[in-house]
Amino acid sequence: MGLKTFEGGVHPADGKELSKSKPIKELLPTGELIFPLSQHIGAPATPVVAVGDSVLKGQKIAEAGGFVSSPIYSSVSGTVKAIAKHRVTTGDMVESIVIESDGLFNEVEYSPCDDVTALSNEEIINKIKEAGVVGMGGAGFPTHVKLSPKEPEKIEYIIANCAECEPYLTSDYRRMVEQPEKLVEGMRIILQLFPQAKGIFGIEDNKADCIETISKLVANEPRMEVCPLMTKYPQGGERQLIHATTGRDINSKMLPADAGCIVDNVETMVAIYNAVKLGQPLTNRIFTVTGDAVCEPRNFYISIGTNYQQLLEAAGGLIHPAKKMIAGGPMMGFSMFDIDVPTTKTTSALLCMTEDEASKYETTACINCGRCVEACPEKLVPSRLADYGERHQMDMFEKWYGLECVECGSCSYVCPARRPLAQSVKTMKKQVLAEKRKQK
Amino acid sequence: MSDLLNVSSNPHVRDKVDTQRIMLLVIISLLPATVFGIFNFGIHSLILVAVSIISCVLSEYVFERIVHKKSTVTDLSAVVTGLLLALNLPPTLPVWMAALGGVFAIVVVKMLFGGLGQNFMNPALGARCFLLISFTGPMTTFAYDGVTGATPLALLKAGEPVDTMSMLLGTTSGTIGETSALCLIIGAIFLILCGVIDLKIPGTYIITFVIFIVLFGGHGFDTNYIVAQLCGGGLMLGAFFMATDYVTSPITPNGKILFGICLGVLTGLFRIFGASAEGVSYAIIFSNLLVPLIERVTIPRAFGIVKEKKGGDK
Repeated sequence: MGLKTFEGGVHPADGKELSKSKPIKELLPTGELIFPLSQHIGAPATPVVAVGDSVLKGQKIAEAGGFVSSPIYSSVSGTVKAIAKHRVTTGDMVESIVIESDGLFNEVEYSPCDDVTALSNEEIINKIKEAGVVGMGGAGFPTHVKLSPKEPEKIEYIIANCAECEPYLTSDYRRMVEQPEKLVEGMRIILQLFPQAKGIFGIEDNKADCIETISKLVANEPRMEVCPLMTKYPQGGERQLIHATTGRDINSKMLPADAGCIVDNVETMVAIYNAVKLGQPLTNRIFTVTGDAVCEPRNFYISIGTNYQQLLEAAGGLIHPAKKMIAGGPMMGFSMFDIDVPTTKTTSALLCMTEDEASKYETTACINCGRCVEACPEKLVPSRLADYGERHQMDMFEKWYGLECVECGSCSYVCPARRPLAQSVKTMKKQVLAEKRKQK
Repeated sequence: MSDLLNVSSNPHVRDKVDTQRIMLLVIISLLPATVFGIFNFGIHSLILVAVSIISCVLSEYVFERIVHKKSTVTDLSAVVTGLLLALNLPPTLPVWMAALGGVFAIVVVKMLFGGLGQNFMNPALGARCFLLISFTGPMTTFAYDGVTGATPLALLKAGEPVDTMSMLLGTTSGTIGETSALCLIIGAIFLILCGVIDLKIPGTYIITFVIFIVLFGGHGFDTNYIVAQLCGGGLMLGAFFMATDYVTSPITPNGKILFGICLGVLTGLFRIFGASAEGVSYAIIFSNLLVPLIERVTIPRAFGIVKEKKGGDK
């Protein structure tokens, strides 16, 4: 087959057929939009507007709160109604700016760049930083920080994460089908920053059409190539993707840059293109509303800050009662008890399911079968780590490399005894890390 | 929305395979050997199989009732134990001994240590060894076609000629389920294809054992002798169905290999230098006891962790 991959992993039912063939449709929000000040890893942004101010679409409403931080822009024109705490997808209450849309979508004037090649590296990185671009695959790491490694000359690979290994999600897929050239142009801009680097598009082979289109687009690009990957979860995990595309391995204490790599996902690369070439800040993204409880699963071009409830309505609402609603995919997404939450830069999907498999089955005794060991992409022994977690044995947890867990959930997925392994390991990992911070 | 939504930690989906399904696959994989054994040895062996299974399932059910634990008989693990125990019994054993063996396997070896997943020794083999020590006579009397005689493995140890073809097919004397290497291998291939077991343990076990007998068996590289050793006694049954018991084998990948090597060496030692011709059962239960130690020295290195150079900080 010759497909690149990593060791371990699982093959959950992919569910992508629900929304795969649905073209991206622009969704104009109405009413109030909510912009949490913390949509990224790092310091929260600081508001630069006050209650009562009128704002335009594309206007900065909060500025970066430090180097590892990112500014936030309004995705609509309207009036600032409040700056208050609001619930987000993870269930946390986060300080947010509330803007009531006037329905006009009056935009600020952007200044496109005619010749990107004439820009210096600092200018490019500054444009990306100013546009509020962060990793849009879920982690939300500020992109300008990622693109400013300590030793830029050591970066050999820029990897576009086009794996989209999470079941059900099709936002990256639709972007690649409908606007692959934006992705390639985004890659070109990053390659300009790193003259020694090669650009790799890592695409799972369940997206054969994307492999073909992008291969054609980069056929005459000596510095870019497509790397078809085996369809397997978590192929798009950063460490797994780096291994599959370059054969290099990193652990939890290393950054991709330590292995000469920078990884950005599809939406992020498009955002880089929009920021540098078109001068547009990050205000919109592709978003999938799907699941067997949804009337018409769809892919939308949404204004960041739109309420989940509105997105669900735009997809025709629920056809069957939903037991579980998830922000993101079924493997790593957050389940929500209420969908009165806003979309952010990092949210890519709303998944509504009629069945909750996590609570459907009863947990039974571990039979030591080792399926979790085979599934773990980090080569850990999840069943042992979960035991150490439940008994709070920190030393053993660390000795068995518990801190290397990437929280992908593959172990819980395969466990025939239906043990919530990932949950136990994740919880313990947080406690150990908190303990370590205390000791410092 | 009227109903509250469920909230839980990720992932939100689960694979279809559960414990019951795995146990069912193991039972199916043992059917060729079981059916063959019943045809080979007659109706009494069918009764032994039935009694052994019923004894195990009942013991588990009753024990859990007495100690007020939730019944776990539907996970089918007790059926597997009962079937494996029966396959390890001589076809002429009195029925009550099989029943006693089932009680011992479940109550003493399994439930007293905490039930499924907690026992440190394979319950079926624990019970077999218990019966072997308690009732050595009936447990070592092997009749074939009404004639009591030595098993092929005992003949082999005594230096007498054996018919390797009938050992491969299973038309010889022995315990109910161990004689037909062919049927056992068919079942093992099924289990491997279903992803229930892999070759790490049985593969290293058999290879190590072959190397051991070539070196110390006194026959050099004699194909006939090697095939007879492999097909004789409980080796195939033990290697594919008992040594691979999840609960009592190491979970670490390298641990499985080390475990297989231990098994091969011990079986070789017992068979060649021991008093008895057979050694698989003792090799397996002895190695079961080594599992915690084996796991401790074979903690897998996580992805991306580079081995520290020797002479570095200790």
